[in-house]
Amino acid sequence: MDNSRRKFLKIAGLTAIAGIGAPTAFNSLLKGEVHASTATEGCYPAAEHGVVTATSGKRLGFVIDTKKFAADRDLSKRCIEACHSIHNVPDFGNKKDEIKWIWVENYEHAFPDNSQQKVSEEVEKLPIMTLCNHCQNPPCVRACPTQATFKNAEGATMMDFHRCIGCRFCMAACPYGARSFNWRDPRPFIKKENPEFPTRMRGVVEKCLMCYERLAEGKLPACVEVAQPAGAMFFGDLNDPSSEISQVLKEKFTIQRKPSLGTKPSIFYII
Amino acid sequence: MYDKNKIIPGLIVFVGLVTFPIWYGFGGGGKLPNPEKPTIAKQCVMPTEEMRKSHMVLLNQWRDDIIRMGGTRKGVTADGTDYVRSLQKGCMKCHASKKKFCDECHNYAAVNPYCWDCHLQPKEAN
Amino acid sequence: MIEKALTGDSRYWTWMTCLLVLMGIGGFCYTQQFNYGLGYTGMSRDVSWGLYISQFTFLVGVAAGGVMLVLPYYLHNYKVFGRITILGEFMAVAAVSMCLMFILADLGQPMRALNVILHPTPHSILFWDMIVLNGYLFLNLVGGWVILNSEKKQVPPPKWVKSLIYISIPWAISIHTVTAFLYCGLPGRHYWLTAILAPRFLASAFAAGPSLLVICALVLRRYTDFDAGKEAINKLLTIITYAAILNFFFVGLELFVAYYSQIPGHMDTIDYLFFGLKDADGIMYNNLVGPMRFSALIGISATIALLFPKMRENYCTVGWLCGAIFLSLWIDKGLGLVLGGFVPSPLEYITEYYPSAGELGITLGVWATGAFILTILYKTAISVKLAKES
Repeated sequence: MDNSRRKFLKIAGLTAIAGIGAPTAFNSLLKGEVHASTATEGCYPAAEHGVVTATSGKRLGFVIDTKKFAADRDLSKRCIEACHSIHNVPDFGNKKDEIKWIWVENYEHAFPDNSQQKVSEEVEKLPIMTLCNHCQNPPCVRACPTQATFKNAEGATMMDFHRCIGCRFCMAACPYGARSFNWRDPRPFIKKENPEFPTRMRGVVEKCLMCYERLAEGKLPACVEVAQPAGAMFFGDLNDPSSEISQVLKEKFTIQRKPSLGTKPSIFYII
Repeated sequence: MYDKNKIIPGLIVFVGLVTFPIWYGFGGGGKLPNPEKPTIAKQCVMPTEEMRKSHMVLLNQWRDDIIRMGGTRKGVTADGTDYVRSLQKGCMKCHASKKKFCDECHNYAAVNPYCWDCHLQPKEAN
Repeated sequence: MIEKALTGDSRYWTWMTCLLVLMGIGGFCYTQQFNYGLGYTGMSRDVSWGLYISQFTFLVGVAAGGVMLVLPYYLHNYKVFGRITILGEFMAVAAVSMCLMFILADLGQPMRALNVILHPTPHSILFWDMIVLNGYLFLNLVGGWVILNSEKKQVPPPKWVKSLIYISIPWAISIHTVTAFLYCGLPGRHYWLTAILAPRFLASAFAAGPSLLVICALVLRRYTDFDAGKEAINKLLTIITYAAILNFFFVGLELFVAYYSQIPGHMDTIDYLFFGLKDADGIMYNNLVGPMRFSALIGISATIALLFPKMRENYCTVGWLCGAIFLSLWIDKGLGLVLGGFVPSPLEYITEYYPSAGELGITLGVWATGAFILTILYKTAISVKLAKES
């Protein structure tokens, strides 16, 4: 190829790239009305990409009194039913495809770091309500490559199912096994659809979302609403020293799941 | 031209295939979409032309604002009607039939948005 | 230059046709998976990564192994590798292509894959993995192709290509370090949570990659006129031996830490992999014990065998030994690492994993596609080299 032709092709190529790139850059810089999705990298305006260890600001959390759940064995079933029914959580009937947002574990599975050598009979039989811990330092949020999972301003670890690419890195990262994946289309396996809440589609990860939609209407999370009359669950702002939940935490001894990992869970258990 | 007998007919066939979309429905233009307007409310969230152009942008903005920024679910139209900023609990409450509203334009434009794989559509009254 | 891949004898076309059939089977299986969802595979809530991610992890190592040809030649002027660096670069291209295909096959929503670019997330290692893998693909493809083209035209390559080659050397280390970071930064998985995971990955990469290279060189020697040369192959075997020794040494270090400290979090997965693990109900799970022990046996034996110069004289033996090391590391990294990391689950349950038939079909299809790409690139490369040398 002779020199002038090479030069022409080089200039043509660069022009093409500039021609395609410039309007895009122009649009996004000048228009100002950037897609809301690119402007909101996470939640807290002041904080970095989604990893928030906020000591100030709202931090919603749970205290679960396992003894009260033990006293009423049916209570845990009603909590689970409340959550799974209003959120259209499917029931596939097999362990492989299983999706669960909240469920019951026994003490040795929920707290494997605590000694199992000699456990009292009472503790052995305690039903431990297990759900996403809504960690303040969540490894799943760190891992997500698209910020499909993120911390919101109320302290909940949230998910945006539109953005999830289904890589399941968050499932590998979660130290608590709180997340489930839609291995197939969930619609045929939803017992009764709740028309007020969407379902998910195959190929996305899902978990407890702290009933963000109910909190927005001033209601309590579904499981708390069921358990609160029995005094089995407390819910509120952990960062507010005058809230009920802060009082409970001041008075009662509580434990958390795998605290040595530094995830700072927002769920406390009274054993 | 070498192989004139093969090339000219081949070219004609090729041009015919490539221009198929143009001449297949020629003169008809296809049936224009006729989305059924809701009877409950008089005004939509935004003017019709704007909605036609950018209802997807609006939905994405609602989503990011509500989920990521903790924005409000409450919206008000220009004529003072309250609405819920939500596809399932807002848009579909007025535009209550996916088949008679949403699908009309989507089918015409041959787009297949997967919104309703997750967002439950109102039960069609048959 | 790629037209050289369109000519070949009947054995070449038979090979390519077989590969195309396997690719077709893989493609069909993928359409089934795309429509059904990832439940098509053997993965479950507890074992959420399976064959696809394990193959991807192993192949990143194979791709990084190509640097073992590039580094001595370009940084230290080791002329013996001069004829075959292109083989290393093209093998890296094929391996990285397979990695990307496996990642796409594993995604629950592959149509949204570009979200990783649309919403860049520097605190996520998967974001960096996407960058380094695509970068490495570009570096090796462009670098290798340009140099080969210059050789064909018998002119010196353009100066800018050297920068690409020099960048590709630390980049090769980075791709496997970043892949190791995917695993070793997750607080809930104690089998992976070790600083030595990245060195282990690199050591096994530098044993597995060159092993495959040696096998390819021997195949080329058998079926074409291209002979890599005894000195080059011997040097590669030396590199493989040292890397394999390092790898098994690192494994030994892991075993010491786990079994001397007696901490269950460290021991449990290794127990599951090599001895079987019982859950709280006393049920024994040991489906990986056979493969893992087999892997250790052939890996260590082949490494020891390679220490003896007599073993390197016969190319047939060399082929078997390299194959043994490759297979051993494939089982260790492919099956043991990824599947073991999910046992026991964070809630101390044991769920075992078996790939489904469709999953195996897709895996075979991707491996066939990689072999297809490799064959085309190698055919081009050796056609150019042989034409130049005659």
